[in-house]
Amino acid sequence: MKVGLCAKVTADTDARLKASADGSSFEVNGKVVVGPYDAFAVEEAIKTKEKFKCEVVSFTVGGGDDVVAQLRGTVLALGADKAVVVSDPALAGTDSLGVARTLAAAIKKEGCDVVFCGKQAIDDDNVQVPAMVAELLGWAQVSRIVELEIEGTDFKATRSMDGGVREVVAGSLPAVFTAERGLNTPRYPKLPAVIAAKKKPLETPDLAALGLSGGDVAAKAVTTAYGAPPERPKGRKLEGDVDTMVSELVRLLREEVKVL
Amino acid sequence: MSGILIVAEHEGGSFKKSATELLGKATQLAAALGTSVSAVVLGDAPAADLGKYGATTVYQVGGDFSSYDPAAMTDALAAAIAQAQPDVVLAPASYAGKDAIPRLAARLDTGMATECTDLRAEGGAVVGRRPLFAGKLYGDVKISGKPAIFTVRANSFSQPAAGGGAASVVAVAAEAKALTKVLERKAPSSTVADLTEADRIVSGGRSLKTAGDFDAVIRPLAASIGATVGASRAAVDAGMAHHNEQVGQTGKTVNPTLYIAMGISGAIQHLAGMRTSKVIVAVNKDPEAPIFEHATYGLVADLFEVAPKLQAAFEKALS
Repeated sequence: MKVGLCAKVTADTDARLKASADGSSFEVNGKVVVGPYDAFAVEEAIKTKEKFKCEVVSFTVGGGDDVVAQLRGTVLALGADKAVVVSDPALAGTDSLGVARTLAAAIKKEGCDVVFCGKQAIDDDNVQVPAMVAELLGWAQVSRIVELEIEGTDFKATRSMDGGVREVVAGSLPAVFTAERGLNTPRYPKLPAVIAAKKKPLETPDLAALGLSGGDVAAKAVTTAYGAPPERPKGRKLEGDVDTMVSELVRLLREEVKVL
Repeated sequence: MSGILIVAEHEGGSFKKSATELLGKATQLAAALGTSVSAVVLGDAPAADLGKYGATTVYQVGGDFSSYDPAAMTDALAAAIAQAQPDVVLAPASYAGKDAIPRLAARLDTGMATECTDLRAEGGAVVGRRPLFAGKLYGDVKISGKPAIFTVRANSFSQPAAGGGAASVVAVAAEAKALTKVLERKAPSSTVADLTEADRIVSGGRSLKTAGDFDAVIRPLAASIGATVGASRAAVDAGMAHHNEQVGQTGKTVNPTLYIAMGISGAIQHLAGMRTSKVIVAVNKDPEAPIFEHATYGLVADLFEVAPKLQAAFEKALS
Protein backbone atom coordinates (compact mmCIF):
# COMPACT_ATOMS: atom_id res chain seq x y z
CA MET A 1 0.00 0.00 0.00
CA LYS A 2 1.22 3.45 -0.87
CA VAL A 3 -0.83 6.53 -0.03
CA GLY A 4 -0.87 9.71 -2.08
CA LEU A 5 -2.29 13.06 -1.17
CA CYS A 6 -2.75 16.21 -3.19
CA ALA A 7 -2.08 19.43 -1.35
CA LYS A 8 -2.52 22.94 -2.69
CA VAL A 9 -1.09 25.98 -0.99
CA THR A 10 -3.61 28.83 -1.27
CA ALA A 11 -4.43 32.21 0.18
CA ASP A 12 -5.98 31.93 3.65
CA THR A 13 -9.68 32.68 4.15
CA ASP A 14 -9.08 36.17 5.51
CA ALA A 15 -7.08 37.21 2.44
CA ARG A 16 -8.26 40.24 0.51
CA LEU A 17 -8.42 40.04 -3.26
CA LYS A 18 -8.12 42.87 -5.71
CA ALA A 19 -8.41 42.65 -9.48
CA SER A 20 -5.98 44.72 -11.56
CA ALA A 21 -7.42 47.77 -13.31
CA ASP A 22 -7.58 45.95 -16.67
CA GLY A 23 -8.91 42.73 -15.10
CA SER A 24 -6.11 40.59 -16.51
CA SER A 25 -4.85 39.53 -13.10
CA PHE A 26 -5.49 39.92 -9.38
CA GLU A 27 -3.55 40.60 -6.24
CA VAL A 28 -3.79 38.51 -3.07
CA ASN A 29 -3.25 40.24 0.22
CA GLY A 30 -2.74 37.75 3.01
CA LYS A 31 -0.77 34.72 4.06
CA VAL A 32 -0.78 31.34 2.34
CA VAL A 33 -1.76 28.02 3.90
CA VAL A 34 -2.35 24.42 2.89
CA GLY A 35 -6.08 24.53 2.08
CA PRO A 36 -8.45 23.75 4.97
CA TYR A 37 -10.03 20.81 3.13
CA ASP A 38 -6.60 19.55 2.09
CA ALA A 39 -5.81 19.47 5.82
CA PHE A 40 -8.53 16.82 6.25
CA ALA A 41 -6.96 14.89 3.35
CA VAL A 42 -3.54 15.08 5.02
CA GLU A 43 -4.98 13.77 8.29
CA GLU A 44 -6.75 10.89 6.52
CA ALA A 45 -3.52 10.01 4.68
CA ILE A 46 -1.61 9.93 7.97
CA LYS A 47 -4.32 7.80 9.61
CA THR A 48 -4.11 5.39 6.67
CA LYS A 49 -0.32 5.30 7.02
CA GLU A 50 -0.68 4.46 10.72
CA LYS A 51 -3.08 1.63 9.94
CA PHE A 52 -1.16 0.08 7.04
CA LYS A 53 2.37 1.05 8.11
CA CYS A 54 2.97 2.36 4.62
CA GLU A 55 4.49 5.32 2.85
CA VAL A 56 2.70 8.64 2.21
CA VAL A 57 3.70 10.89 -0.69
CA SER A 58 2.23 14.34 -1.20
CA PHE A 59 1.79 15.89 -4.63
CA THR A 60 1.65 19.57 -5.51
CA VAL A 61 1.73 21.30 -8.88
CA GLY A 62 3.90 24.38 -9.10
CA GLY A 63 5.22 26.53 -6.34
CA GLY A 64 7.99 28.68 -5.03
CA ASP A 65 9.72 28.92 -1.68
CA ASP A 66 6.53 29.78 0.23
CA VAL A 67 4.82 26.64 -1.09
CA VAL A 68 7.79 24.46 -0.16
CA ALA A 69 7.94 26.02 3.30
CA GLN A 70 4.23 25.33 3.87
CA LEU A 71 4.54 21.74 2.69
CA ARG A 72 7.52 21.11 4.95
CA GLY A 73 5.90 22.79 7.93
CA THR A 74 2.58 20.96 7.65
CA VAL A 75 2.35 17.97 5.30
CA LEU A 76 5.85 16.60 5.89
CA ALA A 77 5.89 17.57 9.55
CA LEU A 78 2.60 15.73 10.09
CA GLY A 79 3.96 12.48 8.68
CA ALA A 80 4.11 12.44 4.89
CA ASP A 81 7.38 10.76 3.92
CA LYS A 82 8.08 12.67 0.75
CA ALA A 83 6.73 15.65 -1.16
CA VAL A 84 6.67 15.90 -4.93
CA VAL A 85 6.35 19.46 -6.22
CA VAL A 86 6.14 19.47 -10.00
CA SER A 87 7.85 22.60 -11.26
CA ASP A 88 7.90 23.65 -14.86
CA PRO A 89 7.51 27.03 -16.55
CA ALA A 90 4.89 25.50 -18.88
CA LEU A 91 2.57 25.04 -15.87
CA ALA A 92 2.22 28.79 -15.33
CA GLY A 93 -0.88 29.24 -17.47
CA THR A 94 -2.39 25.77 -17.20
CA ASP A 95 -5.95 24.87 -16.21
CA SER A 96 -7.50 22.17 -13.99
CA LEU A 97 -7.10 19.49 -16.65
CA GLY A 98 -3.41 20.36 -17.05
CA VAL A 99 -2.95 20.17 -13.27
CA ALA A 100 -4.83 16.86 -13.15
CA ARG A 101 -2.74 15.41 -15.97
CA THR A 102 0.43 16.43 -14.15
CA LEU A 103 -0.76 14.98 -10.83
CA ALA A 104 -1.97 11.76 -12.49
CA ALA A 105 1.44 11.25 -14.13
CA ALA A 106 3.26 11.88 -10.84
CA ILE A 107 0.89 9.60 -8.89
CA LYS A 108 1.31 6.85 -11.47
CA LYS A 109 5.07 7.16 -11.32
CA GLU A 110 5.03 6.76 -7.54
CA GLY A 111 2.65 3.81 -7.78
CA CYS A 112 0.05 4.95 -5.24
CA ASP A 113 -2.99 2.81 -4.42
CA VAL A 114 -5.14 5.52 -2.90
CA VAL A 115 -5.12 9.31 -3.18
CA PHE A 116 -6.70 11.80 -0.78
CA CYS A 117 -7.59 15.35 -1.79
CA GLY A 118 -9.55 18.15 -0.14
CA LYS A 119 -13.05 18.47 -1.56
CA GLN A 120 -11.88 21.74 -3.10
CA ALA A 121 -9.16 24.31 -2.85
CA ILE A 122 -10.35 27.65 -1.54
CA ASP A 123 -8.92 29.85 -4.27
CA ASP A 124 -10.30 29.15 -7.73
CA ASP A 125 -13.10 26.94 -6.31
CA ASN A 126 -13.03 24.81 -9.46
CA VAL A 127 -13.73 21.47 -7.74
CA GLN A 128 -12.37 19.74 -10.84
CA VAL A 129 -8.92 18.30 -10.25
CA PRO A 130 -9.66 15.22 -8.06
CA ALA A 131 -12.36 13.85 -10.40
CA MET A 132 -10.12 14.53 -13.40
CA VAL A 133 -7.22 12.70 -11.74
CA ALA A 134 -9.50 9.72 -11.06
CA GLU A 135 -10.64 9.67 -14.68
CA LEU A 136 -7.11 9.98 -16.09
CA LEU A 137 -5.97 7.10 -13.88
CA GLY A 138 -9.15 5.10 -14.55
CA TRP A 139 -9.82 4.89 -10.79
CA ALA A 140 -12.99 5.04 -8.74
CA GLN A 141 -13.72 8.30 -6.94
CA VAL A 142 -15.84 9.19 -3.94
CA SER A 143 -16.22 12.89 -3.25
CA ARG A 144 -16.99 14.81 -0.07
CA ILE A 145 -16.48 11.87 2.25
CA VAL A 146 -17.18 12.14 5.97
CA GLU A 147 -16.33 8.53 6.90
CA LEU A 148 -13.94 5.98 5.44
CA GLU A 149 -12.98 2.40 6.19
CA ILE A 150 -10.36 0.56 4.18
CA GLU A 151 -9.99 -3.20 4.65
CA GLY A 152 -7.41 -4.83 2.39
CA THR A 153 -8.20 -3.34 -1.02
CA ASP A 154 -11.90 -2.79 -0.29
CA PHE A 155 -13.34 0.45 0.98
CA LYS A 156 -16.59 1.70 2.42
CA ALA A 157 -17.04 5.47 2.35
CA THR A 158 -19.85 7.79 3.43
CA ARG A 159 -20.31 10.81 1.19
CA SER A 160 -22.15 14.02 2.03
CA MET A 161 -24.40 15.02 -0.87
CA ASP A 162 -26.90 17.78 -1.64
CA GLY A 163 -29.88 18.28 0.63
CA GLY A 164 -28.19 16.69 3.62
CA VAL A 165 -28.32 13.25 1.98
CA ARG A 166 -25.58 10.81 2.93
CA GLU A 167 -24.72 7.69 1.03
CA VAL A 168 -22.54 4.78 2.03
CA VAL A 169 -20.71 3.47 -1.03
CA ALA A 170 -18.43 0.49 -1.43
CA GLY A 171 -15.71 -0.19 -3.95
CA SER A 172 -12.15 -1.35 -4.43
CA LEU A 173 -8.87 0.49 -4.55
CA PRO A 174 -7.31 2.19 -6.34
CA ALA A 175 -9.49 5.21 -5.68
CA VAL A 176 -9.47 8.97 -5.20
CA PHE A 177 -11.29 10.33 -2.14
CA THR A 178 -12.05 13.97 -1.47
CA ALA A 179 -12.41 15.08 2.13
CA GLU A 180 -15.37 17.02 3.53
CA ARG A 181 -15.34 18.77 6.89
CA GLY A 182 -16.17 16.19 9.55
CA LEU A 183 -14.05 13.36 8.11
CA ASN A 184 -11.53 13.72 10.94
CA THR A 185 -9.89 16.25 13.21
CA PRO A 186 -6.56 17.34 11.78
CA ARG A 187 -3.70 17.23 14.28
CA TYR A 188 -1.14 19.97 14.63
CA PRO A 189 2.52 19.38 13.86
CA LYS A 190 4.90 19.18 16.84
CA LEU A 191 8.05 21.25 16.86
CA PRO A 192 10.55 18.35 16.69
CA ALA A 193 8.62 16.97 13.70
CA VAL A 194 8.72 20.38 12.01
CA ILE A 195 12.50 20.42 12.44
CA ALA A 196 12.86 16.82 11.25
CA ALA A 197 10.66 17.58 8.22
CA LYS A 198 13.33 19.95 6.93
CA LYS A 199 15.42 16.88 6.10
CA LYS A 200 12.65 14.86 4.44
CA PRO A 201 12.92 14.34 0.67
CA LEU A 202 11.21 16.91 -1.51
CA GLU A 203 11.46 16.31 -5.24
CA THR A 204 10.82 18.91 -7.91
CA PRO A 205 10.48 17.06 -11.21
CA ASP A 206 9.69 18.98 -14.39
CA LEU A 207 7.07 17.84 -16.89
CA ALA A 208 9.60 15.94 -19.00
CA ALA A 209 10.56 13.85 -15.97
CA LEU A 210 6.91 12.73 -15.84
CA GLY A 211 6.78 12.01 -19.56
CA LEU A 212 4.72 15.11 -20.32
CA SER A 213 5.28 18.08 -22.60
CA GLY A 214 4.12 21.69 -22.39
CA GLY A 215 1.42 20.87 -24.95
CA ASP A 216 -0.10 18.31 -22.56
CA VAL A 217 -0.88 21.03 -20.05
CA ALA A 218 -1.96 23.80 -22.46
CA ALA A 219 -5.04 25.46 -20.97
CA LYS A 220 -8.44 24.82 -22.53
CA ALA A 221 -10.22 26.92 -19.92
CA VAL A 222 -8.89 30.45 -19.49
CA THR A 223 -10.09 32.99 -16.94
CA THR A 224 -10.09 36.68 -17.88
CA ALA A 225 -11.87 39.87 -16.83
CA TYR A 226 -11.22 39.46 -13.11
CA GLY A 227 -13.31 41.87 -11.12
CA ALA A 228 -15.06 42.58 -7.86
CA PRO A 229 -18.30 40.75 -7.05
CA PRO A 230 -21.45 42.37 -8.45
CA GLU A 231 -22.35 45.43 -6.35
CA ARG A 232 -25.21 44.99 -3.94
CA PRO A 233 -27.81 47.75 -3.96
CA LYS A 234 -27.14 50.11 -1.05
CA GLY A 235 -29.00 49.05 2.05
CA ARG A 236 -30.22 51.08 4.99
CA LYS A 237 -30.39 50.99 8.75
CA LEU A 238 -33.85 51.14 10.23
CA GLU A 239 -34.65 53.79 12.83
CA GLY A 240 -36.58 53.86 16.09
CA ASP A 241 -37.01 51.53 19.04
CA VAL A 242 -36.99 47.74 18.67
CA ASP A 243 -40.79 47.46 18.26
CA THR A 244 -40.78 50.09 15.51
CA MET A 245 -37.83 48.53 13.71
CA VAL A 246 -39.35 45.05 13.85
CA SER A 247 -42.71 46.10 12.47
CA GLU A 248 -41.04 48.24 9.81
CA LEU A 249 -38.79 45.30 8.85
CA VAL A 250 -41.73 42.94 8.43
CA ARG A 251 -43.57 45.58 6.36
CA LEU A 252 -40.53 46.08 4.10
CA LEU A 253 -40.03 42.33 3.66
CA ARG A 254 -43.67 41.98 2.64
CA GLU A 255 -44.25 45.12 0.64
CA GLU A 256 -40.92 46.46 -0.64
CA VAL A 257 -38.89 43.35 -1.46
CA LYS A 258 -41.83 40.93 -1.29
CA VAL A 259 -40.00 37.98 0.21
CA LEU A 260 -42.45 37.04 2.96
CA MET B 1 -22.71 25.79 -33.78
CA SER B 2 -24.25 22.41 -33.47
CA GLY B 3 -26.14 23.28 -30.41
CA ILE B 4 -26.30 23.55 -26.66
CA LEU B 5 -26.92 20.36 -24.69
CA ILE B 6 -28.21 20.62 -21.13
CA VAL B 7 -27.91 17.86 -18.54
CA ALA B 8 -31.43 17.44 -17.14
CA GLU B 9 -31.31 15.91 -13.67
CA HIS B 10 -34.35 14.19 -12.28
CA GLU B 11 -35.26 12.36 -9.15
CA GLY B 12 -37.40 9.32 -9.69
CA GLY B 13 -38.73 10.72 -12.97
CA SER B 14 -39.50 14.27 -11.78
CA PHE B 15 -37.21 16.85 -13.34
CA LYS B 16 -35.35 19.06 -10.92
CA LYS B 17 -35.75 22.85 -10.99
CA SER B 18 -32.26 23.05 -12.48
CA ALA B 19 -33.41 21.25 -15.66
CA THR B 20 -35.95 23.91 -16.61
CA GLU B 21 -33.72 26.73 -15.34
CA LEU B 22 -30.90 25.55 -17.65
CA LEU B 23 -33.29 25.08 -20.56
CA GLY B 24 -34.55 28.64 -20.13
CA LYS B 25 -31.02 30.05 -20.22
CA ALA B 26 -29.93 27.72 -23.04
CA THR B 27 -32.89 28.89 -25.14
CA GLN B 28 -31.79 32.52 -24.75
CA LEU B 29 -28.17 31.68 -25.59
CA ALA B 30 -29.20 29.56 -28.58
CA ALA B 31 -31.30 32.42 -29.95
CA ALA B 32 -28.29 34.75 -29.72
CA LEU B 33 -25.99 32.17 -31.32
CA GLY B 34 -28.42 30.95 -33.97
CA THR B 35 -28.44 27.38 -32.79
CA SER B 36 -30.71 24.87 -31.08
CA VAL B 37 -31.13 23.34 -27.63
CA SER B 38 -31.12 19.68 -26.73
CA ALA B 39 -31.07 17.82 -23.42
CA VAL B 40 -29.71 14.58 -22.06
CA VAL B 41 -31.64 12.47 -19.58
CA LEU B 42 -30.25 9.43 -17.80
CA GLY B 43 -32.75 6.66 -17.13
CA ASP B 44 -36.51 6.73 -16.87
CA ALA B 45 -38.11 10.21 -17.01
CA PRO B 46 -40.70 11.91 -19.24
CA ALA B 47 -38.05 13.17 -21.68
CA ALA B 48 -40.45 14.57 -24.32
CA ASP B 49 -41.85 17.03 -21.72
CA LEU B 50 -38.62 19.03 -21.88
CA GLY B 51 -39.83 20.29 -25.28
CA LYS B 52 -42.16 22.60 -23.36
CA TYR B 53 -39.11 24.52 -22.15
CA GLY B 54 -37.25 24.71 -25.45
CA ALA B 55 -35.48 21.38 -26.00
CA THR B 56 -35.94 20.25 -29.59
CA THR B 57 -34.26 16.88 -29.05
CA VAL B 58 -33.78 14.87 -25.88
CA TYR B 59 -31.12 12.17 -25.75
CA GLN B 60 -32.32 9.55 -23.33
CA VAL B 61 -29.73 7.10 -22.10
CA GLY B 62 -31.35 3.79 -21.23
CA GLY B 63 -30.55 1.95 -18.04
CA ASP B 64 -30.96 2.29 -14.30
CA PHE B 65 -29.23 5.39 -12.97
CA SER B 66 -31.17 5.65 -9.72
CA SER B 67 -27.98 4.74 -7.87
CA TYR B 68 -25.24 7.31 -8.52
CA ASP B 69 -21.69 6.56 -9.58
CA PRO B 70 -19.54 9.23 -11.25
CA ALA B 71 -17.81 6.85 -13.66
CA ALA B 72 -21.12 5.38 -14.85
CA MET B 73 -22.58 8.87 -15.27
CA THR B 74 -19.51 9.86 -17.27
CA ASP B 75 -19.93 6.82 -19.54
CA ALA B 76 -23.59 7.68 -20.13
CA LEU B 77 -23.04 11.39 -20.79
CA ALA B 78 -20.09 10.69 -23.07
CA ALA B 79 -22.26 8.33 -25.14
CA ALA B 80 -24.99 10.97 -25.47
CA ILE B 81 -22.46 13.66 -26.37
CA ALA B 82 -20.90 11.42 -29.02
CA GLN B 83 -24.34 11.25 -30.62
CA ALA B 84 -25.46 14.86 -30.08
CA GLN B 85 -22.08 16.48 -30.92
CA PRO B 86 -22.89 19.70 -29.05
CA ASP B 87 -20.58 22.71 -28.96
CA VAL B 88 -21.71 23.65 -25.48
CA VAL B 89 -22.83 21.55 -22.50
CA LEU B 90 -24.60 23.10 -19.51
CA ALA B 91 -25.06 21.11 -16.31
CA PRO B 92 -26.23 21.99 -12.80
CA ALA B 93 -23.53 22.53 -10.16
CA SER B 94 -25.21 19.86 -8.03
CA TYR B 95 -23.33 17.10 -6.20
CA ALA B 96 -23.23 15.01 -9.39
CA GLY B 97 -22.51 18.12 -11.47
CA LYS B 98 -19.44 18.85 -9.39
CA ASP B 99 -18.41 15.20 -9.14
CA ALA B 100 -19.05 13.64 -12.56
CA ILE B 101 -18.83 16.62 -14.93
CA PRO B 102 -15.08 17.22 -14.33
CA ARG B 103 -14.58 13.51 -14.95
CA LEU B 104 -16.49 13.96 -18.21
CA ALA B 105 -14.35 16.96 -19.19
CA ALA B 106 -11.20 14.88 -18.66
CA ARG B 107 -12.70 12.02 -20.69
CA LEU B 108 -13.50 14.39 -23.57
CA ASP B 109 -10.20 16.26 -23.19
CA THR B 110 -11.95 19.60 -22.96
CA GLY B 111 -12.16 22.53 -20.57
CA MET B 112 -14.91 23.45 -18.16
CA ALA B 113 -16.05 26.27 -15.89
CA THR B 114 -17.53 25.41 -12.50
CA GLU B 115 -20.60 26.92 -10.85
CA CYS B 116 -21.16 29.88 -13.16
CA THR B 117 -23.59 32.52 -11.96
CA ASP B 118 -23.98 34.05 -15.42
CA LEU B 119 -23.60 32.89 -19.01
CA ARG B 120 -23.54 35.04 -22.11
CA ALA B 121 -23.08 34.65 -25.86
CA GLU B 122 -20.02 36.45 -27.16
CA GLY B 123 -18.13 36.08 -30.44
CA GLY B 124 -20.11 33.00 -31.41
CA ALA B 125 -19.33 31.21 -28.15
CA VAL B 126 -20.63 30.98 -24.59
CA VAL B 127 -18.67 32.76 -21.86
CA GLY B 128 -19.27 31.91 -18.19
CA ARG B 129 -18.92 34.39 -15.34
CA ARG B 130 -18.19 32.75 -12.02
CA PRO B 131 -17.12 33.46 -8.47
CA LEU B 132 -13.61 32.63 -7.26
CA PHE B 133 -12.38 32.69 -3.65
CA ALA B 134 -15.97 31.98 -2.56
CA GLY B 135 -17.19 35.10 -4.30
CA LYS B 136 -14.58 37.62 -3.20
CA LEU B 137 -13.55 37.83 -6.86
CA TYR B 138 -15.29 37.10 -10.17
CA GLY B 139 -13.89 36.14 -13.56
CA ASP B 140 -14.97 35.21 -17.10
CA VAL B 141 -14.09 31.73 -18.31
CA LYS B 142 -13.60 31.03 -22.00
CA ILE B 143 -13.27 27.45 -23.16
CA SER B 144 -11.31 26.41 -26.24
CA GLY B 145 -12.08 22.67 -26.21
CA LYS B 146 -15.19 21.02 -27.63
CA PRO B 147 -17.68 20.82 -26.15
CA ALA B 148 -17.28 23.83 -23.88
CA ILE B 149 -18.70 22.69 -20.53
CA PHE B 150 -20.24 24.95 -17.89
CA THR B 151 -21.86 24.02 -14.60
CA VAL B 152 -24.32 26.54 -13.20
CA ARG B 153 -25.13 27.53 -9.61
CA ALA B 154 -28.75 26.87 -8.59
CA ASN B 155 -31.13 29.86 -8.77
CA SER B 156 -28.84 31.84 -11.09
CA PHE B 157 -31.50 32.17 -13.79
CA SER B 158 -35.25 32.57 -13.75
CA GLN B 159 -37.56 29.69 -14.50
CA PRO B 160 -38.96 29.83 -18.05
CA ALA B 161 -42.69 29.68 -18.75
CA ALA B 162 -43.91 26.42 -20.26
CA GLY B 163 -44.87 26.59 -23.94
CA GLY B 164 -43.95 24.75 -27.11
CA GLY B 165 -44.55 21.12 -27.92
CA ALA B 166 -42.98 17.79 -27.16
CA ALA B 167 -39.31 17.21 -27.89
CA SER B 168 -38.25 14.36 -30.12
CA VAL B 169 -36.64 11.66 -28.03
CA VAL B 170 -33.55 9.83 -29.24
CA ALA B 171 -32.66 6.64 -27.37
CA VAL B 172 -28.96 6.32 -26.57
CA ALA B 173 -27.35 3.02 -25.65
CA ALA B 174 -24.39 3.34 -23.32
CA GLU B 175 -22.22 0.85 -21.55
CA ALA B 176 -22.22 2.56 -18.17
CA LYS B 177 -19.82 0.85 -15.81
CA ALA B 178 -20.07 1.81 -12.15
CA LEU B 179 -16.87 1.61 -10.12
CA THR B 180 -18.66 1.95 -6.80
CA LYS B 181 -21.86 0.55 -5.33
CA VAL B 182 -24.29 2.45 -3.13
CA LEU B 183 -25.01 0.37 -0.03
CA GLU B 184 -27.20 2.78 1.86
CA ARG B 185 -28.85 6.16 1.41
CA LYS B 186 -29.71 8.27 4.43
CA ALA B 187 -32.01 11.20 3.77
CA PRO B 188 -32.31 13.82 6.49
CA SER B 189 -35.41 13.47 8.64
CA SER B 190 -35.89 17.24 8.53
CA THR B 191 -38.37 18.69 6.07
CA VAL B 192 -36.43 21.97 5.99
CA ALA B 193 -34.35 22.64 2.86
CA ASP B 194 -30.59 22.13 2.92
CA LEU B 195 -28.64 25.38 3.30
CA THR B 196 -27.37 25.31 -0.29
CA GLU B 197 -30.92 25.00 -1.61
CA ALA B 198 -32.73 27.09 0.99
CA ASP B 199 -34.88 30.02 -0.01
CA ARG B 200 -34.79 31.49 3.51
CA ILE B 201 -31.98 31.28 6.04
CA VAL B 202 -31.67 32.55 9.61
CA SER B 203 -28.07 32.48 10.83
CA GLY B 204 -26.60 33.07 14.25
CA GLY B 205 -23.15 34.31 15.19
CA ARG B 206 -20.78 34.88 18.02
CA SER B 207 -23.17 37.15 19.96
CA LEU B 208 -25.31 34.12 20.86
CA LYS B 209 -22.73 33.00 23.45
CA THR B 210 -23.97 29.42 24.09
CA ALA B 211 -25.53 26.47 22.27
CA GLY B 212 -28.51 26.90 24.59
CA ASP B 213 -29.00 30.49 23.40
CA PHE B 214 -28.59 29.40 19.81
CA ASP B 215 -31.25 26.71 20.21
CA ALA B 216 -33.60 28.99 22.13
CA VAL B 217 -33.29 32.04 19.87
CA ILE B 218 -32.19 31.15 16.33
CA ARG B 219 -33.93 27.83 15.76
CA PRO B 220 -37.47 28.97 16.68
CA LEU B 221 -37.03 32.21 14.74
CA ALA B 222 -36.00 30.20 11.67
CA ALA B 223 -38.88 27.78 12.16
CA SER B 224 -41.37 30.68 12.23
CA ILE B 225 -40.72 31.37 8.53
CA GLY B 226 -39.73 27.85 7.43
CA ALA B 227 -36.13 28.94 7.13
CA THR B 228 -33.03 26.78 7.32
CA VAL B 229 -30.65 27.48 10.20
CA GLY B 230 -27.15 28.74 9.44
CA ALA B 231 -24.22 29.78 11.58
CA SER B 232 -21.02 31.76 11.37
CA ARG B 233 -17.65 30.08 11.80
CA ALA B 234 -17.33 31.69 15.23
CA ALA B 235 -20.62 30.09 16.31
CA VAL B 236 -19.57 26.69 14.97
CA ASP B 237 -16.11 26.90 16.51
CA ALA B 238 -17.71 27.75 19.85
CA GLY B 239 -19.83 24.61 19.60
CA MET B 240 -23.16 26.46 19.34
CA ALA B 241 -24.09 24.97 15.98
CA HIS B 242 -23.16 21.94 13.90
CA HIS B 243 -20.41 22.30 11.31
CA ASN B 244 -22.96 21.31 8.63
CA GLU B 245 -24.66 24.60 9.45
CA GLN B 246 -21.64 26.79 8.78
CA VAL B 247 -22.08 29.45 6.11
CA GLY B 248 -18.95 30.94 4.59
CA GLN B 249 -15.84 30.28 2.59
CA THR B 250 -14.99 27.12 4.55
CA GLY B 251 -18.62 26.17 5.04
CA LYS B 252 -21.57 26.33 2.69
CA THR B 253 -22.06 28.92 -0.02
CA VAL B 254 -25.70 29.93 0.03
CA ASN B 255 -27.95 31.82 -2.35
CA PRO B 256 -31.34 32.34 -0.65
CA THR B 257 -33.97 34.98 -1.30
CA LEU B 258 -33.86 36.05 2.35
CA TYR B 259 -30.83 35.82 4.67
CA ILE B 260 -31.23 37.00 8.25
CA ALA B 261 -27.93 37.42 10.13
CA MET B 262 -28.41 37.53 13.90
CA GLY B 263 -25.39 38.70 15.87
CA ILE B 264 -22.99 38.11 13.00
CA SER B 265 -20.32 40.77 12.54
CA GLY B 266 -19.67 39.93 8.89
CA ALA B 267 -16.12 38.62 8.66
CA ILE B 268 -14.90 38.48 5.08
CA GLN B 269 -15.03 34.70 5.06
CA HIS B 270 -18.69 34.70 6.17
CA LEU B 271 -19.65 37.39 3.65
CA ALA B 272 -18.04 35.28 0.92
CA GLY B 273 -20.56 32.52 1.57
CA MET B 274 -23.76 34.59 1.60
CA ARG B 275 -23.25 37.84 -0.29
CA THR B 276 -25.34 36.72 -3.28
CA SER B 277 -28.45 36.43 -1.08
CA LYS B 278 -31.16 38.59 -2.61
CA VAL B 279 -32.23 40.31 0.61
CA ILE B 280 -29.96 40.46 3.65
CA VAL B 281 -31.23 41.49 7.08
CA ALA B 282 -28.62 42.13 9.77
CA VAL B 283 -29.24 42.47 13.49
CA ASN B 284 -26.20 43.50 15.52
CA LYS B 285 -25.55 45.70 18.54
CA ASP B 286 -22.39 47.14 16.99
CA PRO B 287 -23.30 49.87 14.48
CA GLU B 288 -19.80 49.53 12.95
CA ALA B 289 -20.17 45.79 12.19
CA PRO B 290 -19.11 45.16 8.55
CA ILE B 291 -22.29 43.15 7.92
CA PHE B 292 -24.23 46.45 7.77
CA GLU B 293 -22.38 47.47 4.61
CA HIS B 294 -23.96 44.51 2.84
CA ALA B 295 -27.36 44.39 4.54
CA THR B 296 -30.48 45.43 2.67
CA TYR B 297 -32.00 46.26 6.07
CA GLY B 298 -29.93 46.76 9.19
CA LEU B 299 -31.17 46.81 12.78
CA VAL B 300 -28.67 48.15 15.29
CA ALA B 301 -30.08 46.38 18.33
CA ASP B 302 -29.64 43.54 20.77
CA LEU B 303 -30.57 40.31 19.03
CA PHE B 304 -31.97 38.87 22.26
CA GLU B 305 -34.49 41.71 22.30
CA VAL B 306 -35.22 41.60 18.56
CA ALA B 307 -35.56 37.82 18.06
CA PRO B 308 -38.73 37.12 20.10
CA LYS B 309 -40.47 40.23 18.74
CA LEU B 310 -39.47 39.39 15.19
CA GLN B 311 -40.61 35.82 15.64
CA ALA B 312 -44.00 37.00 16.93
CA ALA B 313 -44.30 39.44 14.01
CA PHE B 314 -43.40 36.72 11.51
CA GLU B 315 -45.91 34.32 13.02
CA LYS B 316 -48.60 37.00 12.86
CA ALA B 317 -47.70 38.00 9.32
CA LEU B 318 -47.80 34.44 8.05
CA SER B 319 -50.86 33.27 9.96
